[in-house]
Amino acid sequence: MIRSVSIGIITDNIREMCIEANHCLSKDMEQSLKEAVSREESPLGRKILGQLQENLQIAEKERIPICQDTGMAVIFVEIGQDVHFEGGLLEDAIHEGVRLGYEEGFLRKSVVEDPIFRKNTRDNTPAVIHYTLTAGDKVKLTLAPKGFGSENMSRVFMLKPADGIEGVKNAILTAVKDAGPNACPPMVVGVGIGGTFEKCALLAKKALTRPVDERASVPYVKELELEMLGRINMLGIGPGGLGGTVTALAVNINTYPTHIAGLPVAVNICCHVNRHVTREL
Amino acid sequence: MDKYIKTPITAEVTEDLRAGDYVYITGTVYVARDAAHKRLVEALEKTEREFYAERFLSKTDGLQQSEQEKLQQRLRETLPFPIVDSVLYYMGPSPAREGRPIGSAGPTTASRMDRYAPRLLDLGQKAMIGKGKRTKEVIDGIIRNQAVYFAAVGGAGALLSKCIKKSETICYEDLGAEAVLKLEVDHFPVIVVIDREGNNLYETAAKEYEKGK
Repeated sequence: MIRSVSIGIITDNIREMCIEANHCLSKDMEQSLKEAVSREESPLGRKILGQLQENLQIAEKERIPICQDTGMAVIFVEIGQDVHFEGGLLEDAIHEGVRLGYEEGFLRKSVVEDPIFRKNTRDNTPAVIHYTLTAGDKVKLTLAPKGFGSENMSRVFMLKPADGIEGVKNAILTAVKDAGPNACPPMVVGVGIGGTFEKCALLAKKALTRPVDERASVPYVKELELEMLGRINMLGIGPGGLGGTVTALAVNINTYPTHIAGLPVAVNICCHVNRHVTREL
Repeated sequence: MDKYIKTPITAEVTEDLRAGDYVYITGTVYVARDAAHKRLVEALEKTEREFYAERFLSKTDGLQQSEQEKLQQRLRETLPFPIVDSVLYYMGPSPAREGRPIGSAGPTTASRMDRYAPRLLDLGQKAMIGKGKRTKEVIDGIIRNQAVYFAAVGGAGALLSKCIKKSETICYEDLGAEAVLKLEVDHFPVIVVIDREGNNLYETAAKEYEKGK
């Protein structure tokens, strides 16, 4: 059976999700920041972690965005193949939702229409949209506004198969070390391993939307996530990059089959304001 | 150590600031980020070209001491705010809700302003507030001019906005979130990352907590 979905519903939901994501962090992130205080050895680090919690409370209570960089809206759209959209183009509906959300939510408009000429579009559109087709008749929307302090510190490494898992570990540590204080630690590290050049970047981005308290299902990937979190937290970068033992809150890794000749690794770094909201319609 | 300072930030003020100090700033702070910096420095370059052209000189010709001072003065007057002993905050706020002076207002990454910062420091700017690493050229500029680089906590824009009592756009309004602002701040919390002797907290503090070296 084909299910009809009016695109007006998509616009309304995207609008609300933009506002929600920028004012309230998801429960897993909030909890993780709270727990981090007891693991932080630096007094200044603990003070900063305390301020980050206070910041979250003020943001939610007084309706001030958690961070002034309310991001470029990244949206994952999973469409059940039994869905039919009515009333216009899905893509237009999504951009309209972003436009309304950023205007009504007093969110910063951070998008420029051309990467060289850099004129602000003044409504934070366009969004970056990734579509996938799935089974069923539901539409799942995941919105992740991405700030560029941490986005700028993200990397893609095209490793050789012979580099193996040690090469992957080095790539992750290199990206985190280079990011240091610029990426607003404590960070969440999204990693994509495998696929092609663009696929691994997408895997890394998607990994950032997984709850920070949920580990990968593949046993060796889960072990790798835990080992890398431990090693990153030994780097000494700490909250705000001002020294300490909490540099990352989680390492989330996704993998995909790849070519016999390659081992692509993408490291997408996100600050402690790792915003993501998911709704199923 | 906790310290309390008032603007303008003179050389006497920076003398007492050391990397690692926790500082509360009260007074006037100017705001500019990427696009505004580009325009400020373009305006300075234009003034400089005019100055040399008026004297039928080229930039490679040396200037006498008195002429050099005249040029510095002209350059300072080109800028839309008093640069001597000023504090510049690298920030682009979210829009203010009704009845509030400003929206979320945390620091942006300072390294994107590295290309422009030495020029402004040499004209008398004394303090920068941002987050993240700086280049050697900026650190040299800090030492040369007895200036200071502060970090504010990145991603704490809601909290920091509470210390901003007044905000006024002074130029480049067309840049939207990137316009130049004049803020009045009260006990705005920052940490000295690079002091005027070139001590760098990002380097020393990370080493202190690094394990399994």
